[in-house]
Amino acid sequence: MVGWLLRRLGQAAITFAASLLLLFLVMRVVPGDPLARLEGDIPLSTEEEALLRRRFGLDRPVTGQLADWIAGVGRGEFGISIAHYPETVGSLIISRLPPTLLLGGTVLVINFTLGLWLGVLQARHRGRWLDRWLTRLSLAGYSMPSFWLGLILVSIVSLRWHLLPAAQMTDPLLPANAGLATRTFDVLRHLILPALTLCVVTLAGTMRYQRTAMLQVLRLDFIRAARARGLSERRVIWRHAWPNALSPILTLFGLWLPILVTGSVFVEYVFNWPGLGSLTAEAIAARDYPLLMGTAMLASALVVVGTVVTDVGYMLIDPRVRYR
Amino acid sequence: MRGSVGSAVRSAWESREGRLGTVILLALVIVAAVGPPFLADPATISDAVAGAQGLSPAHPLGTDHLSRDVLARVVVGARISLTIAALAVGLSVTLGALVGLISGYLGGIVDTVLMRFVDGALAIPRLFLLLLLVMVWEQVPIGALILVLGGTGWLGTSRVIRGEVLRLREEPFVMAARAIGASPWRIITKHLFPNVTGPLLVAATLGLGDVILIEAGLSFLGLGVQPPTPSWGGMILEARPVLLSAPWTSIVPGTAILITVLAANLISDALQAALEPRGA
Repeated sequence: MVGWLLRRLGQAAITFAASLLLLFLVMRVVPGDPLARLEGDIPLSTEEEALLRRRFGLDRPVTGQLADWIAGVGRGEFGISIAHYPETVGSLIISRLPPTLLLGGTVLVINFTLGLWLGVLQARHRGRWLDRWLTRLSLAGYSMPSFWLGLILVSIVSLRWHLLPAAQMTDPLLPANAGLATRTFDVLRHLILPALTLCVVTLAGTMRYQRTAMLQVLRLDFIRAARARGLSERRVIWRHAWPNALSPILTLFGLWLPILVTGSVFVEYVFNWPGLGSLTAEAIAARDYPLLMGTAMLASALVVVGTVVTDVGYMLIDPRVRYR
Repeated sequence: MRGSVGSAVRSAWESREGRLGTVILLALVIVAAVGPPFLADPATISDAVAGAQGLSPAHPLGTDHLSRDVLARVVVGARISLTIAALAVGLSVTLGALVGLISGYLGGIVDTVLMRFVDGALAIPRLFLLLLLVMVWEQVPIGALILVLGGTGWLGTSRVIRGEVLRLREEPFVMAARAIGASPWRIITKHLFPNVTGPLLVAATLGLGDVILIEAGLSFLGLGVQPPTPSWGGMILEARPVLLSAPWTSIVPGTAILITVLAANLISDALQAALEPRGA
């Protein structure tokens, strides 16, 4: 098993290395130079340009830049932001992490409670109207552009009814000496609309995974045996079937990890939520390549970690899965 | 035969959802193809002083903040968004099929290199890859937009097709073809490809919904289709300042996206259920 784990980690390392190389190629080999954007706005003198090139390491040959970059990544440095100079990409990302974790965590918890419960409900009512309508409704949510849903919710709930704040995570007019309860309540009020938007567009996936897994378990013999012993339906579903249909949690957690940390660019952008998603949107607007690279790199690292976590989890919970 | 496209399409058409999705999508394509000449010019600013006007006989879906006819813009936007999506999906399905067939059939070092590349590329979320690519242009041309959307959408498809090919490779009819000396290219095109058209069609319909949503998102960020060319995402972006005073300007294009993506997803669900009845 240790051997398998080591091989799996080695594979993950190769995958991550491949994605880093690809990201670098995308950034450098395609036409366009990070400084070209700056030059467009302010004419730079030759000396100024040379200084900037040295400062961002752009005066070195491409292979040297790749080596620099990989060495930097190895040291945990992701370069310096062009738009937020002299802040480092790493410190910018860390400062924007907590809001994204709050939003992503909330949505994850709702998916793993309401979403899984709805999936089980669908499996129990397979093919009947409740199942069909839950499928249709969730599919409609999945087919919506999240930014559009966010805008519509803001226009109705915030602008028309004045019930909830339209943007940001905290009220800037809150008195500085406000107590912890007031502050928490304030953040919660700001959290509702973005979390609702993200839930509507993501619940379909969770429900579908859980429904399929549950259906596969419900047709097995031991469920029929449990029913034949006269157990209550609730006991059959929640004590016998559901624990055997939990694999979606692992799969979904693996898929969710990148979103949990890097956030949804569109939802954070629409709600001006001060997390990593908005930081990405700002990096786009400012053409801040190093910053965008940093978030993209973080996201792909998390994708790789997510798949490893899923694989290891499967092996731990399911004795049928045997790895060599 | 499992994986064949004919039987899958037939049983998808028999399901209510699949038929609904197909009818909606066909209707949208027809409206987008023949509609524009019958409608107002989407670029004409008839009376800029008037600003956004509500629904009226002259403008059935109202006008936007520049007094342009919303119905005409959403129909021309359909033409743009559907064309981009169709071409991008055509490109990504072709690439996915090619890489999957070659990688799966040839195996060995080709397979290893191709699949390592696909793994690495799949680890970068598609949106980030697209953002980095699209930012190369000051204003991205539509042709380039199609290329980057298609060029980033084939990775998952290639894995699915490769998996199918690994299974098919051991089937007697492929071994027989090899035994009588058919070339690898002939086996791939004449024997393997016809048996993966089903999964390809699923990938195409799934990809259609994805690409429409992503293109709308890019245009909403100002990185996709550039104004004054109408696109659904761009219309939502332009409607943002008048969200409260002229809600129809954002409701109409958003609903258009929702209906189109929903139709594509209904079709792909029905096709998947037809090809893989266990999960239904």
